[in-house]
Amino acid sequence: MRDNTLNILIGGSAGQGLVTLGQLLAKSLVRGGYSIFVTQNYLSRIRGGHNTFAVRAGIEKMIAPRERVDLLVALDSDTVTLHQRDLSSDGLIVLDDDLDIDIDSDLLLKVPFKELAQDRFSNIVALGVAGSLAGLSEDLMAGALEDFLGKKNASLAVENRLALSAAINWSAEHSKPGLKLPTTSNTSRRLMMNGNEAIALGALSAGAMFCAFYPMTPATSINLNLASHAKQMGLIVEQAEDEIAAINMAIGASFAGAPSMVATSGGGFALMVEGVSLAAMTETPLVVVVAQRPGPATGLPTRTEQADLEFVLHAGHGEFPRAVFAPGTVEECFHLTRKAFELAERYQGPIFLLTDQFLADSYRSVIPFDVENLPPLAGCTGTAGMSTYDRYAITESGISPRLLPGMTEHLVVADSDEHTEGGHITEDLTLRRKMVEKRLRKEKGIQAEVIPPVMEGDAGPDQLFVSWGSSEGAVVEAASRLRSEGKRIASLHFSQVWPLIPDQFLAYLEDARQVISVESNANGQLARLIRRETGFEIKKKVLRYDGLPITPESILRELNR
Amino acid sequence: MVDTDDYGHYETAWCPGCGNHAILEAVKKALAAGRRKPHKVLFISGIGQAAKAPHYLNANVFNGLHGRSLPVATGAKLANPKLTVIVESGDGCSYGEGGNHFLAAIRRNIDVTLLVHNNQVYGLTKGQASPTSSEGFVTKAQPQGVPSAPFNPVAVAVAMSAGFVARGFSGEIDHLSELIQQGISHRGFAMIDVLQPCISFNTVNTFAWYKKRCYALSSNHDPTDWEAAMKVAYEWGDKIPIGAIYRNNRLPFEAHFPILDEGPLVWRDVNRSMLKKIMEEYG
Repeated sequence: MRDNTLNILIGGSAGQGLVTLGQLLAKSLVRGGYSIFVTQNYLSRIRGGHNTFAVRAGIEKMIAPRERVDLLVALDSDTVTLHQRDLSSDGLIVLDDDLDIDIDSDLLLKVPFKELAQDRFSNIVALGVAGSLAGLSEDLMAGALEDFLGKKNASLAVENRLALSAAINWSAEHSKPGLKLPTTSNTSRRLMMNGNEAIALGALSAGAMFCAFYPMTPATSINLNLASHAKQMGLIVEQAEDEIAAINMAIGASFAGAPSMVATSGGGFALMVEGVSLAAMTETPLVVVVAQRPGPATGLPTRTEQADLEFVLHAGHGEFPRAVFAPGTVEECFHLTRKAFELAERYQGPIFLLTDQFLADSYRSVIPFDVENLPPLAGCTGTAGMSTYDRYAITESGISPRLLPGMTEHLVVADSDEHTEGGHITEDLTLRRKMVEKRLRKEKGIQAEVIPPVMEGDAGPDQLFVSWGSSEGAVVEAASRLRSEGKRIASLHFSQVWPLIPDQFLAYLEDARQVISVESNANGQLARLIRRETGFEIKKKVLRYDGLPITPESILRELNR
Repeated sequence: MVDTDDYGHYETAWCPGCGNHAILEAVKKALAAGRRKPHKVLFISGIGQAAKAPHYLNANVFNGLHGRSLPVATGAKLANPKLTVIVESGDGCSYGEGGNHFLAAIRRNIDVTLLVHNNQVYGLTKGQASPTSSEGFVTKAQPQGVPSAPFNPVAVAVAMSAGFVARGFSGEIDHLSELIQQGISHRGFAMIDVLQPCISFNTVNTFAWYKKRCYALSSNHDPTDWEAAMKVAYEWGDKIPIGAIYRNNRLPFEAHFPILDEGPLVWRDVNRSMLKKIMEEYG
């Protein structure tokens, strides 16, 4: 715990209740006033394999994962074999005393799992032991457990509770110092939320009324989350027959007036691409969330990558304006989803949110959003009082007044063919030019609303890190470590990757002695994009494409190579 | 009052003698007979000669992608169930490119009327086989004749117990118009397969070919009798039955969403206290 944070890694195979254990531990930490940062690493299977759930906790805001482990909770022997090397010198391994492991006993805390509870409660025993070592009170853990189990099965709740107590009592007699988190005076309420949950909440807060989807990791939980709140919030969530249907349904619903979204991953998005072009041509508002995972094709279904920036940027045939947001934190997942709905409605077309498995599954402690005072987002721009109505009226901004079919006496005609102002098919080539220009004029408005990248650190640095999306915290933390060694370091982070406005960042690049792009892909896609848009070439790249998230350590390792 | 003039008269991009003209007339007649005001009707179409039809009448229109009309229609109907939603496209669009959506729409039983202009050939792309082309049908793309068996949309729809299944013929405008009225009035998914000639690219299944074979189902046929409907669905050759073949009273898809009782899914104030409650569940 040399950095005042405690990093707990729980390892086991799928089906051992590892995620439940991780969530309960994380929730107890959050309720105890600690900031947390969760990294989940799992295989594409229902049972078996080796999965991990890492929780980093501390008093200061946790912004990144850490590779070095202080407390390794091993639900199986593989976990010890695979992660022993990550253990810090003053770390500890918690494991079942039934497991035959031959390592230095100072590092081991052997727990008599079977004496403390039945096999099926071993994850709860592990919770009690790990939580006690971290210094969490029984009340905190029991509360989290009780809320998790709900009121459905009273006897199951009692058995779980007994297992937890037994583990906590055992821990009291076998305490190991050194892993206790410092006591915190933080009493303000925090939520525990992952990226996908924040996107769903952001969509609900923005007034989303329709979502269609086909399940695909790691995007699925966005859709499931919306489905679970559909009745309460008055929206419809439909599981479509395929992604092509999903995006076309969302476009149909949006045309008829429902703020709509789709959420998928690379392969599913590939199927949606013609629909993206349709939303653009028919000028139908649509929010598209692409939660990235490593490709090509099926790739590594449950791992992380940022290799679809170029894909999303170019998806859809023909030319049309778009915006691409790339949230770096759970808070940004919420706010940028709202922003995406706002822009989709204002500029009447597809707006993208690009996340990845790492952020999708990463629970963080967040300050509750002020949902009661969020500004309302505006709806359609047309008024029924217009004497005539042309869906694609040519305007200076490129934005045509939008009416909804059936809501006024006016007819609303939309076409995927090139069309007249009235929406009817045309091959008038003079009009074609005007329509292209009208659609592209909307880009001006989108450009005026671009969120500038965040520059943090020393001015005119020796090294400037350039990053986007989910790696934000890891880059900031790596930069801060280097700065503490006396180096002049800064980071420039993009949470909107399109459009790029060179005036917002080019000077920073030019003022740095060395610019280093940090990305979760093999080509440095943002770096390439920056070069295309500005001519500035970022020569040094720190790239990760093994399916694991960028960590501060991984950045520093690459730099020292 | 609503009459066919309210739906307008427009110049079309269709060949003279194309079955589409008659189908367009039958559609207008059906809408007028049903007293449906143009602004309460939404046509969704795909791509193809048939898919241009909604451009030639007064109504709300969403002319989308090839094969994808049914998902668009499903989304639009869910967002505003008060709209009369009609999908109009060809056999390639509805049964080929959009085949999966056809099956899914039947399963959902969404209250949408699907009007398929079925001329057993691709017109707009100039004469390739369609999913309904007969085996052996010779085209430039299938010079040795179509090797696949034709898709039987009526049999598939009946087999899946679609809400309403009918077959019409462009040569029988009043009969077709009556079927379209029934389809629109039906609460649930209604599929009307409309046989029509393509005078440019189908020299086999001509107007005379259909005229000689198509006969109206007698009033003895009970469309609620599934087994009888299956028999009728497989009748094809020298005699081709037209009329309402099958219907049932399955609850339409949108009836499963009580939130629609509160009106269309258009921008409305977000229920902030509920939103806060949901957010607090993460505490």
